[in-house]
Amino acid sequence: MAKIDVSIEHKHPPEPDDGKPHPNTCPKCGSHYRDDELDAHLRVCLHCGHHFPVRAPARIRQLADPGSFVEEAADLRSDDPLDFFDLRPYVERLAEAEVSTGLGEAMVIGRATIGGRSCQLAVMDFAFMGGSMGRVVGEKFALACEGAADQGVPLVSITASGGARMQEGILSLMQLPKTVCAVEELQDAGSAMLSVMSHPTTAGVLASFASLGDVIVAEPGALMSFTGPRVVQQTTREKLPEDFGLAESNYRFGHLDAIVPRPELKDFVAKFLRLFGHVE
Amino acid sequence: MSSEAELRLRERLSKLSRMRLLGGTRLSGELKRLQEQLERVTAEPTGEEIWEKVELARNEDRPYTLDYVERLIEDWIELHGDRGRADDSALVTGVGRFRGRTVALIGNQKGRDVKERTRRNFGMAYPEGYRKAMRVMELAQRHRFPIISLVDIPGAYPGVAAEQHGQGGAIARSQAVMSRLEVPIVACVIGEGGSGGAIATALADQVLMQENAIYTVISPEGCAAILWRDAGEKKKAAAAFRPDAVHCLELGVIDGIVPEPEGGAQLNHDEAARLLGASLEAALEELEGLPGDELKRLRRAKFRAIGSVRTAAR
Repeated sequence: MAKIDVSIEHKHPPEPDDGKPHPNTCPKCGSHYRDDELDAHLRVCLHCGHHFPVRAPARIRQLADPGSFVEEAADLRSDDPLDFFDLRPYVERLAEAEVSTGLGEAMVIGRATIGGRSCQLAVMDFAFMGGSMGRVVGEKFALACEGAADQGVPLVSITASGGARMQEGILSLMQLPKTVCAVEELQDAGSAMLSVMSHPTTAGVLASFASLGDVIVAEPGALMSFTGPRVVQQTTREKLPEDFGLAESNYRFGHLDAIVPRPELKDFVAKFLRLFGHVE
Repeated sequence: MSSEAELRLRERLSKLSRMRLLGGTRLSGELKRLQEQLERVTAEPTGEEIWEKVELARNEDRPYTLDYVERLIEDWIELHGDRGRADDSALVTGVGRFRGRTVALIGNQKGRDVKERTRRNFGMAYPEGYRKAMRVMELAQRHRFPIISLVDIPGAYPGVAAEQHGQGGAIARSQAVMSRLEVPIVACVIGEGGSGGAIATALADQVLMQENAIYTVISPEGCAAILWRDAGEKKKAAAAFRPDAVHCLELGVIDGIVPEPEGGAQLNHDEAARLLGASLEAALEELEGLPGDELKRLRRAKFRAIGSVRTAAR
């Protein structure tokens, strides 16, 4: 458990210039942080425990033993099978996401050791088009499963996704059965899968591989609903419970094995790898 | 016409000439009509034509699962309940005889009138429905019954209880069960194949679509609300992702198109059932010769391969 540094005082966040709060301002308690402060504390609010989003490279740095991560399939890029154009062309959105995130797609995969144990990692990045799953994300996840099966090591999946990528139309829906089949092949080969859901893991990713781990955990406060709260509210006019779709609610209803705060996650993953890391 | 557009058209034509669009046809007049249809579908459909498909797929007089059961299945026993919590009438399951063999059948069921629509939740299953489907699939596996799955769901149900009962996990596990089965599975989208709710019961060896059915990752309205920030732009959204059967076939998402009576299945339920029955039978016959583990292997390989990606930079 990271030691909480109470010496950092509440600071006044900068005035939002586009109506959105500053990304380093805690949406729960309003505490504001410098980048280095947040990173030093795994991007968890020191005052209220809110978990800020973590980019895929930072997540890998938090979890993998230093220097152990070897990225795979980094050169995979999406094309535009439908010539999709909404308010802007899909290819333009892809190019922009690549420039702004420095990533080729919304998932990073590779080999690593965690606590000295080998595993395969598949880590999603919400900053790349909302972590949406198109064909490249599906392909990378399938490759990660195959890599884990080949080496006889467990797969650790960390998700952050709004769901299927609409710009790839029906082909993005097909990533659900594709990743489901990949998990089945992995499990038939005797390798285990740990699914860690971070905020948010919704729709198509929740309804496919993320829900199929041998062990399924989530970070505190992570939204994990198939349909988002706004759509449920608008369609049904139902009054939503305060914790609608959150990890805490999912845990209470029996859909999760544990809620693991980020400072404890590395130890939890290492324990999982000690328990499941041997293929008979 | 630009050379690229012409090239695409040629590709489409060569694919279409190989497809089983004509499955179930018997009458020579029908063949002629289908030939005309074949010509029609090789032309790029306009946004308006695509929207007509969406409306046909949603037509309230279209035959639903139980209309086909009545016409195609003998000795039908409907199986109720998920053996845990409830019976979800938005998704019906059962066993019966189909052309000389016992089959398990799973299908989304919308309602005909207001009362039935409410009872069946407009065809939108709760997690209990997917759990019922899973237990019936496992029953089919135990007894080596082939499975027919009829897909007709606007989308998974956006409700509080559905989420609390584990909608995402149920959809994932239903697919996982289908990927493990060693019996033939034929699915056909008979109306709306809406997102996760549809794929939950569509991980099949052969996936067919009726001529006027649609298969979508999200409803056109939902897509418009997110990408155009205006649900009123539904026609633009539908035109952009083209949910029609021909397009799905071109993309390799489905394996065949089931013809409908002239004007659409809603105009002649008997004829629609005859055409569907012929296609289902042909598909089952193709699969029944294969050993169970081979079926499973091929099924997984098929979904592994859908939608190729390239490694080159853009």
